[in-house]
Amino acid sequence: MNQDRIREKLTEKFGSDILRFDSSFDGISVGVPPEKVLDVCHYLRDESELKFDFLSFVAGIDHYPVQPRFEVVYQLYSVKNVQRMRLKAKIEDRDGNPPSIQSVVEIWRTADWHERETAEMFGIKFLNHPDPRKLLLPDEWQAHPLRKDFPLEGTEEDTPDLPS
Amino acid sequence: MGIENHLDNTVHVTNLEWFVNWARKSSMWPLGFGLACCALEMIATFVSRYDLSRFGMEVARPSPRHADLMIVSGTASKKMLPAVLRIYEQMADPKWVIAMGACACSGGIYKNYAVIQGIDRHLPVDVYVPGCPPRPEALLDGILQLHARVMKEQSIRNPRLGAIKVAGR
Amino acid sequence: MARELNLRADMRSEIMEINLGPHHPSTHGVFRAVVELDGETVINIVPYLGYLHRGFEKTCENKKYHQIIPLTERCDYMGASSNSLAYCLTVEKMLGVDVPERAQVIRVMMAELSRIFSHLFWLGTHGHDIGAMTPLFYMLREREEIMNLFELTAGGRLMPNYLRIGGVSQDLAEGFIEKLKSFTDHFDARVDEYETLLTKNVIYIDRTRGVGFLSLENAIQLGVSGPMIRASGKAWDIRKSEPYSGYEHYDFDIPVEKGCDVYSRYLVRVDEMRQSNRILKQAIKLLPDGPIRATVPGKIFPIQEDIYTKMESLIHHFMLVVDGCRVPAGDCYQCIESPRGELGCYIVSDGGSSPFRLKWRAPAFVNLQSLAEMCRGCLFADVIAILSSIDIVLAEVDR
Repeated sequence: MNQDRIREKLTEKFGSDILRFDSSFDGISVGVPPEKVLDVCHYLRDESELKFDFLSFVAGIDHYPVQPRFEVVYQLYSVKNVQRMRLKAKIEDRDGNPPSIQSVVEIWRTADWHERETAEMFGIKFLNHPDPRKLLLPDEWQAHPLRKDFPLEGTEEDTPDLPS
Repeated sequence: MGIENHLDNTVHVTNLEWFVNWARKSSMWPLGFGLACCALEMIATFVSRYDLSRFGMEVARPSPRHADLMIVSGTASKKMLPAVLRIYEQMADPKWVIAMGACACSGGIYKNYAVIQGIDRHLPVDVYVPGCPPRPEALLDGILQLHARVMKEQSIRNPRLGAIKVAGR
Repeated sequence: MARELNLRADMRSEIMEINLGPHHPSTHGVFRAVVELDGETVINIVPYLGYLHRGFEKTCENKKYHQIIPLTERCDYMGASSNSLAYCLTVEKMLGVDVPERAQVIRVMMAELSRIFSHLFWLGTHGHDIGAMTPLFYMLREREEIMNLFELTAGGRLMPNYLRIGGVSQDLAEGFIEKLKSFTDHFDARVDEYETLLTKNVIYIDRTRGVGFLSLENAIQLGVSGPMIRASGKAWDIRKSEPYSGYEHYDFDIPVEKGCDVYSRYLVRVDEMRQSNRILKQAIKLLPDGPIRATVPGKIFPIQEDIYTKMESLIHHFMLVVDGCRVPAGDCYQCIESPRGELGCYIVSDGGSSPFRLKWRAPAFVNLQSLAEMCRGCLFADVIAILSSIDIVLAEVDR
């Protein structure tokens, strides 16, 4: 099970026009459009030869001011094949329409807390998430700290010392 | 043993304030308020290598109702601050605060949206022990300096009342 | 999720919600959970995190690559040198730098000492939570010896800040190897001593056997790694499956238990301490001579002697301190086997001297998700035992 085989199988199943193979320093990294994430993840987990059953993390990246602004990264691992790969999906941030993507909690239960954290840090909405509350930040805060246009030291209105 | 050796069956003259201060500093019970990494060095100060119990501070209570000294060891994040203030309010007077570690003194290496830049913005701190984390000897030095301060307090004439303050006011 | 409740009609009975933390002697830090109880039996447990959220990832985006090393060490303050190892390996992969042999062996020594350090503290506090106070004081004695060793490397007792991108910051001090050798010589006997306290202790076995059951498939679904998954039957150790920093040259076993409960996790961690000691003994024998940092002018800091004597090294050092090293654009994920599990660092670089995005995959954060799964249906006292068997460090959970 090496990277070319993964590339072959994915192209065979989904076609190369929706997949984007990026170069990275540590192996295979595949970009998919956000609508297709759920299908690709189901395939990656359930296909008998690939069997990516372990999700290491779900992270968000903010590319402000470039559009599409957000990117959600899924790092996968196959326990049986000892193989890692990365899946990325770019999400646009359109006016009046908060960035959203399907949640993968139904595929890997560990995505629960990772997606909650990404949602509160970036403001990305994960659809069909069973428990979309804030995880690490105080409940009263409305800010999304890991966005590039949020100052490092916060502001008195957004991140006060004490809740008013 | 102990104080009986010094009493010598004779009359001793002192003032009440000195006596009260001496009693307070000799049995100051710490509240082990370990928030982050400095808590490990605080634990190291408590155990046998850098023994804190020789200063009468063996009884480290987790409950604030039983404690006199709050050693804020570690980073106070903004989410934790209401809990810190509440615990401080639950301690009975007289009470003292030591800010242990760079994060408690001034926010430390975390100058960002999530960390209180020093708990002295909200609590009246008596002794600052800088370091990241401070060595147990440094914490012992801070505690002994606090004891020296307590001996000089005017505890009867001008009793201390710990009060929460709000930054800037 | 909710099981059939035993609410009686003749007595007023309802589910009781108890708040555990954030200031609690047994929660290993500022951890808060709301436990729903029916009598003494736990129905559900909902953790509330974030009380030690320190904005680590945002801070890293504003610092140069070499300035992040002390920040990473404070993420998991129990095994500090493991954290900086994960970070340095990621950056070195992106820079394409090969770390010299001597530095690799020294890094392995620091990583294994951190593992023993962390497991000892876990053993002490876990025993304390169950009710056995003696292991706590015994292990603090051992930890002082390890802290003496850390102090000899770079001066810090807890967080030595010894590793650098490309190697380590300075060579081992005089007497370090002798002290390490005497530590490894008597450590096995000490582990035997700890085992006599708990392993066959009837009270301990009663409190921990069968408690906190986590099956292997649940563990993989929940992303659990490290000693927890090894106690559920899977022999997965990143040091063996994806070796880094020269681990393929060492001969050690992976302790695996099939019990899936708290007792198995205890056995796995105790055996891991023995295996770490084995690796340390081999590392002392394998330690070669040579440079302690790679030589890549313009990217890696030159060594101290060169800075004092050569002009180019002085200029490179100055530029690196002021501007930082520029890492080529792209992304990279590198993970290591930390004392808690799979510790990974994902860096996205845009070619500048600060990371564009740094994501810290903290094992304690992911392992803590399994708490609710393991606690359903057990008694309230078992919640403390299960929580301590996950081995969380709140600074890693909240970052």
